[in-house]
Amino acid sequence: MSHGKSQTQKMKEITGVDPYKCMKCGKCSATCPLFNEMDIKPHQFVSYVLNEDIDALVNSKSLWKCLSCFACIERCPRNVKPGKLIDGARQLVVRQRGADYLTPEDIPERLDPELPQQLLVSAFRRYRR
Amino acid sequence: MQRIGVFVCHCGSNISATVDVEKVAQMSLLEPGVVHAEDYQYMCSEAGQARITEAVKEKKLTGIVVCSCSPRMHETTFRNAAERAGINPYMVEIANIREHCSWIHKNIEEGTEKAIILARAAIAKVTLNAPLKPGESRVTKRALVIGGGIAGIQTALDIAEAGYEVDIVEKTPSIGGRMSQLDKTFPTLDCSACILTPKMVEASAHDKINIYTYSEVDQVSGFVGDFTVDIRKKARSINMDKCTGCGVCSEKCPSKKISSEFNRGLGKRSAVYTPFAQAIPNVPVIDRENCIKFKTGKCGICEKVCQAGAVDYTQEDEIITEKYGAIVVATGFDTIKLDDFDEYAYNQSKDVITSLELERVMNAAGPTKGHLERLSDGKAPKNMVFIQCVGSRDVTCRGKVYCSKICCMYTAKHAMLIRDKYPDVNVTVFYIDVRTPGKNFDEFYRRAVEEYGVNYVKGQVGKVAPQANGQLLVQAVDLLDNKQILMEADMVVLATAIEPEAGVRKIATMLTASIDTNNFLTEAHPKLRPVESPTAGVFLSGVCQGPKDIPETVAQAGSAAVKAIGLLAKEKLMTNPCTAKSDELLCNGCSTCANVCPYGAITYEDREVNDHGIREVRRIAVVNNALCQGCGACTVTCPSGAMDLQGFSNRQIIAEVDAICR
Amino acid sequence: MSITAKTEFKPKIVAFCCNWCSYAGADLAGSSRLSYPADVKIIRVPCSCRVNPMFVLRAFEKGADGVILCGCHPGDCHYSTGNYYTRRRMTLLFSMLDYIGVEQGRTRVEWVSAAEGVKFSTTMNEFVEKIHSLGENVRLGDLRCRN
Repeated sequence: MSHGKSQTQKMKEITGVDPYKCMKCGKCSATCPLFNEMDIKPHQFVSYVLNEDIDALVNSKSLWKCLSCFACIERCPRNVKPGKLIDGARQLVVRQRGADYLTPEDIPERLDPELPQQLLVSAFRRYRR
Repeated sequence: MQRIGVFVCHCGSNISATVDVEKVAQMSLLEPGVVHAEDYQYMCSEAGQARITEAVKEKKLTGIVVCSCSPRMHETTFRNAAERAGINPYMVEIANIREHCSWIHKNIEEGTEKAIILARAAIAKVTLNAPLKPGESRVTKRALVIGGGIAGIQTALDIAEAGYEVDIVEKTPSIGGRMSQLDKTFPTLDCSACILTPKMVEASAHDKINIYTYSEVDQVSGFVGDFTVDIRKKARSINMDKCTGCGVCSEKCPSKKISSEFNRGLGKRSAVYTPFAQAIPNVPVIDRENCIKFKTGKCGICEKVCQAGAVDYTQEDEIITEKYGAIVVATGFDTIKLDDFDEYAYNQSKDVITSLELERVMNAAGPTKGHLERLSDGKAPKNMVFIQCVGSRDVTCRGKVYCSKICCMYTAKHAMLIRDKYPDVNVTVFYIDVRTPGKNFDEFYRRAVEEYGVNYVKGQVGKVAPQANGQLLVQAVDLLDNKQILMEADMVVLATAIEPEAGVRKIATMLTASIDTNNFLTEAHPKLRPVESPTAGVFLSGVCQGPKDIPETVAQAGSAAVKAIGLLAKEKLMTNPCTAKSDELLCNGCSTCANVCPYGAITYEDREVNDHGIREVRRIAVVNNALCQGCGACTVTCPSGAMDLQGFSNRQIIAEVDAICR
Repeated sequence: MSITAKTEFKPKIVAFCCNWCSYAGADLAGSSRLSYPADVKIIRVPCSCRVNPMFVLRAFEKGADGVILCGCHPGDCHYSTGNYYTRRRMTLLFSMLDYIGVEQGRTRVEWVSAAEGVKFSTTMNEFVEKIHSLGENVRLGDLRCRN
């Protein structure tokens, strides 16, 4: 499976969204309060998934602009719910394993006496293989 | 012992692609009683049928099994072939190896194995088949049309023209239906009332047509050719024979603030009213819920002013019982409720209206006398926004999954009419797709864009927000431009999805006519029998069957009429011979079967029986073959096993079970 | 005496379908090419209420691994009330069968309309899967037939 394909598969699994249900009405983009801030518009999210270009979504500005107000999810007439795709793309970023954001060597310099112990433990749990 | 012939159809490659038809034929020959088996390209073709009749004669067959498509498709074809060959048509059984086998299985081994078993079951059944003879029943030469809109009127006219009596039952005070509420019609822009009113007059003046307005169907019993229907004529409180239609009562009625159904709640009417000026009959009704006389006992003004003495407060609902040979359902449609569509602010602003309401606004007899004005402040609009697919093509619980079909065209019509009459009004239409299949339809839509300058934007509206200044802020998207649009509008018109009229489910239940999840009545075959209900003798006319425009409705109305006429023209009908039958030696007259029979087909009589030499009079169940529809409820409920169903007998079904489980 | 290798479990499943809704639904599943296992064999009956509990017992007696009845949705019966009888009769029968060792999963009543080809196919897929998970059925015996 190519990278794009496996990413798409993952996206569909995480979100449960079937992009084929979309009838391209644009209700999501019409509803979105942050439309003008986004580089990839809500309705385009569906086509990116259809075209298996998840990397573009993951690297988009929109991902972190979306307010998760769920207006698009609420009003989508076809139960496609593009907001879920945005959420899914965020999950893909968060769930990346191996891309270690934290190594044991980093710890001493980042150590902050006020940092709770649990945070360190959970950070390791999340980011280490 | 029966001599059975098995005929396996290839159906081109539809069956033979996944079923080894030759093998099915070979294996069938091993079954007891089978003396002939063959396979052929198209069993239903003339040549195929000829092979059956030849084999019957040559091999002296007494039973036939055809392994082919669904019996719902060609059972009649093969039964007729059997009859031509000289054997009883009910000695034919179909093994459905297409829909239930070849089309759903891809593996040829699997498909062949299943086809052999299905053939085996059919052979086992036909071994026990007995010749059956259909009974006869009479046809009442009178038709009932439920609904007095354009569909019902047209059907009634066509049936009446063929010389049969027709009754129209209409639940509102006047015939005319939705079409009477419309202003102009697409794509010719002729005035709706101008083409409808003559039809209404023609129907009411026709000596073969009898119209019951302000009436509803209360109860239906019987079956094709012989329905008995109770019609409830609701108390009009006006004597129809005496009333001259002068209208003084409505004029003088002090209770004038009732929301007018005809004007979709945009105008007011009095408690005694005719819905519109051209109403037929031109006789008012007293709306008892809002009448002061009925509420408080005081008033009685209408009675005093009526010179004809037609007002009668004592009138009561009247039940009319009539017999009919055919029933046509023409109950029509309504627009869906918009309570769940908060984003369009329909319930918040008077200036957000449905398209049907706009029809009333544009109509010269409507609440604004035909002037296009905002309903909130009466000001002339400058910017109008039309939103398409409001609730249509919506799979959520808010809307309807189907396309309402008429909205694209009437929106183009509205946009065009407004641009024509008020050239300074800007009109923007937000659409998902513009669907214009139909004669001169796309040309019409293009004219709206090219000649009338209507601004069509591909995209939906996300929100309509009423502003403090009285304007409506519309937030939408232009998908082709990839831009979000924010614009102010004076009026917003919603192309609201249509749905079947609310009472249709109740009517369908009374008629035992099938109805789908969207409350549209189901046709007997989606392509080949589009105006017939699967319930014999019930026909479908207009939107009750599916969304359609006026020309299509009129065409379907005529078609439904032809089917009804075809039925009424028959002197007698053949009845289904697969009816229940009780074994007089086993029956103990317990009455259990009569209790479960939905048709009242079972009665009891004291009959002398000869039970192994003992002659005695016993109470025995007797099935009326004309009434029995062959459901088999009685056969299972019978504690003594006396009741059996011909054509689907206990032994036949058990033989099938055995063959499948062998 | 020879020992034969245990062959792959191929369940025998009898489906009773009413002529007006479910049989047409099965036809629609066919014309929509919605596949379900070939283990399901359909018997056409005029109404689900025609299915005598004896037929179900007979099927289990003859080695069926599952029996499913399909009829019109409640309220949509072509004969007005037939499926209500089915519902009551089969509830009773199935609980009795469960008591004597034929698990509830082997018996089912499902409402499938003529427009529900998809539902027919998914129902059959689910049902066959369930039978697979339950494995081979116990064989019922009819004591009356024993000499």
